[in-house]
Amino acid sequence: MLSFLAVLIDGTIYASWLFLVAAGLTVIYGVMRILNMAHGSFYAIGAYAAASAIGWYFADGTGSAGVSFLILIGAALVAGLVVGTLVERGLLRFMYGRDETLMVIITYALLLILEDAMKIVFGVNPYFAYQPYTALGRSTIAGLKVSNYDLVLIGIAVAVGLALWGWLERTNLGKILRAVIHDREVARAMGVNVRRMFTLTFLIGTTLGALAGALTAPSISVVPGIGVEVIVLAFAVVVVGGMGSIEGAAVGALLLGLSRAAAVHFAPQFELFVIYGVMSLVLAIRPQGLFGRTLVRKI
Amino acid sequence: MKTVRSMTTPRPGRLAAGVAAVALASTMLTGAAGAAENGKFRIGIVTFLSGPAAGPFGIPSANAAKAIVEGLNKGALPAPYNTKGINGAEIEAVIIDEAGGATKQVEEFRNLVQRQKVDAVVGYISSGDCLAIAPVAEELKALTVFYDCGTSRLFNDDSKPKYAFRTGLDAAVDNIGAARYLAATKPNITKIAGIQQNYAWGQDSWSDFTLALAQTMPKVKVVENQMPKVFQGQYGAEISALSVKKPEVVHSSFWGGDMEAFVLQANARGLLDDATVVLTCGESALDRFKDQAPNGTIIGGRGPFGAFAPQNALNTWFVKAYTDTYSMAPTYPATKMAQAILGLKAAAEKAGASAGTVPVMDAIADAFKGSTFESVSGTVKMDRADGHQALQPISYGTYKYDPKTGKATIENVITFSGECVTPPDGTASDAWIKAGFPGAKCN
Repeated sequence: MLSFLAVLIDGTIYASWLFLVAAGLTVIYGVMRILNMAHGSFYAIGAYAAASAIGWYFADGTGSAGVSFLILIGAALVAGLVVGTLVERGLLRFMYGRDETLMVIITYALLLILEDAMKIVFGVNPYFAYQPYTALGRSTIAGLKVSNYDLVLIGIAVAVGLALWGWLERTNLGKILRAVIHDREVARAMGVNVRRMFTLTFLIGTTLGALAGALTAPSISVVPGIGVEVIVLAFAVVVVGGMGSIEGAAVGALLLGLSRAAAVHFAPQFELFVIYGVMSLVLAIRPQGLFGRTLVRKI
Repeated sequence: MKTVRSMTTPRPGRLAAGVAAVALASTMLTGAAGAAENGKFRIGIVTFLSGPAAGPFGIPSANAAKAIVEGLNKGALPAPYNTKGINGAEIEAVIIDEAGGATKQVEEFRNLVQRQKVDAVVGYISSGDCLAIAPVAEELKALTVFYDCGTSRLFNDDSKPKYAFRTGLDAAVDNIGAARYLAATKPNITKIAGIQQNYAWGQDSWSDFTLALAQTMPKVKVVENQMPKVFQGQYGAEISALSVKKPEVVHSSFWGGDMEAFVLQANARGLLDDATVVLTCGESALDRFKDQAPNGTIIGGRGPFGAFAPQNALNTWFVKAYTDTYSMAPTYPATKMAQAILGLKAAAEKAGASAGTVPVMDAIADAFKGSTFESVSGTVKMDRADGHQALQPISYGTYKYDPKTGKATIENVITFSGECVTPPDGTASDAWIKAGFPGAKCN
C-alpha cells in the first residue's frame, strides 16, 4: 500500500518537474514551429544563474527562505529574458520562415555554443545551492517522508500550466497567438505582427526553461551537461502530449512521471527505458501525440 | 550571385588567410615535435576538462598535474623527488580533454604519441577509455600510466602488458574495503540496500560489494537496489523505493553531481535519518557536502588518497602547493594524479640514463615494472598484474561537519592493507571474493 502511495506522490512530483521543463519547449514549437534543441541550455543557464544568486545570498551564512525563493524566480526571469533576447534578436530572427529541419540544426549548434559559453562563464566546478530546498522542511504522508519543496514544485507547475492556458484561451493576446498558430499567413494578412508574436513567444519559452532550471537548482548539484540531459526528457513529454499543446504536455508529463515511478518501485530493471517505451506506445497508436492535431501539409 | 561567387571562388584575402592558417598550423606541429626532441620530458596528461566528470575529478587532477610538474621543474619537492625535472630534463605537460568517448580518445592517444612525441602518457578516469587505450599503448610501445580508472578488467585477461601501468586501485578494492569496514563498525545490521549509476561502474561496484558482503556479513539481507540512469539528477522515486524497505545501510558508488544530488535529496526526504549511507567516492565532495551529509556517513576515497592520505613530507608539500594555488585542499583524484607522475619520475630516474637526458621508453617500463616508490599517499608497490598494478591500502571513515568552522573532517578511519583487499596475482577479484579471500593478510 505504501508503495502505491509512493508511486502516486513520486510520480506527481516528477511529472511536475517534467512539465516545467517541457512547457517552454512546447510553447515555442506551437507558435513558431521551431523544435528548439537549445531549450536544455536555457534550463542550465537558469540553474546556474539561480545557484550563483543563492550562493551569493547565503554567502555569510544568513538569509531567509522566502527571500531565497524570490531570488530563484528573479534569477530565472533575468537569465531567460536576457539570453532569450540575445538569441532571438541576434540569431533566430534572421532564420524565421526557414525549413523546420534547418531550425533543428541551427538550435543544435546554439546548444553546443551555449554549453561552452556556460563553461567559460560559470566554470566546471559544481554549484551547490541547497538552502531553499532544505529550508521548507518535510512532511510525512501516510508514513512516507516528502520534501515540502517538492510539494511546492507541484503547486508551481499547476500554476504555470493554468497561467499558460488562461493566457492562450482567455486573453486577446492569446487569441492573436492562436490565430498565428492556426495560420500565420492569414494572421499576417489580418494585420497581426507575426514577428513580434514570435519574439514574445520565444522569450516566454526561454524564461520558462530558465525557471525550470532555477527551481531545480536547489535540489541538485549544478554541473556542466545538465541541460543536455533534460532536453531528451523534454522532447519525450512534448512528443507524447502532442507537439505544441500545453494540455498535452501536462498529460504527457503526468503519464511519463507515473510510469517511471511505478517502474522504479515495482520493476526497477525497466526504469531505464520505461519513458521511451511509453513514448513509443503512444506514437504507435497516435503518431501526432495525445493532444496533437493532424496537420494538412501545403504543397 | 555574390553568395554563389563567395562559395566557389575564394577572395584573395580569404585565400591568404587560409594559407597563413595552414602555415601557422604546420609551424605549431613542427614546434611540438621538436620540443620533445630538445631535451624536455614531455608528458601527455589526459583527464576530463569538460562534461560532468570534469568538476569533481578532471579539473582537480589537471590542477594536481600542474602543481606537481611546476614543483618538480623547480626542484621544490622533498626527497626523494628533490632533483629538478625528470632525470634532470625539464618536464613539459600537454594536457588534453578526456571527453568524447573511447574512439576519440584512441585518436587523441595516437596523436599524443606519434605527432606530439610525448615520452609518456598519464591519464584516464573512464574505465571504457582505459580498456580502449591499453592495447593501443602496447601496439605503439608507448609508456602509459593509468591513474584513476577502476575497471578490474584492465589487467585481468591474458594480455601481458609491458608499457601499461596503473598506479591507482581498482573498483573491487573499493567495495571489498567497504564491506570490511561495515563488518568492523556495524556488525549488527541486518538489512542493506544500494543505489548505483546504471552503467559498468555502478553494476560492477554493486556486484563486488554484495559478493564481499556475503563473505564478511553473511547474515545481512539485501532488500533493494536501484540503478538509475547516470546523470539523472532527480532521485525522488528511488529514495522512496529505498525508504519503504527500511534498510539500515545504503551503499552507493555514485560520483560527482549524482552523488551530491542523491545525498541532498535523501537527507531532505529523511532516508538518511534512518539509514547510514556508504559513499565509496564520497571524499571527492568532502568540501561541498556541508551540513547536507549527516555526521556518520561512511566515506571512501578509493585508496589512501585525498583526506585519507597519510602525514608525510611529500603530502604536506603537495597539500600546501595545491591549496596555495587553488584555494582548496586536494581531493582523491588530485592525489592519484600526483602519485602517477611521481611514479613515472621514480621509474625514469631508475632507468639508468645519463643525467639531463630523457631515458628511452623501454628502459623506463622495465624500471617501473615491480618497482616500489614513495608517494604522497605513502609507499606504493607495483605488486600486482606482473608488476604493472599498484598495491596499496584502502581507508574508510565517517563524515563529520563542524558548523562553526564550516569544515568537514573524516573520523573513525580504518585502513585495510593492500593484501587484505586485493586478490593475489593471477586471481580474478570475483573468484577471490567468492572463495572467501584466501591468502588475505589483514592487519
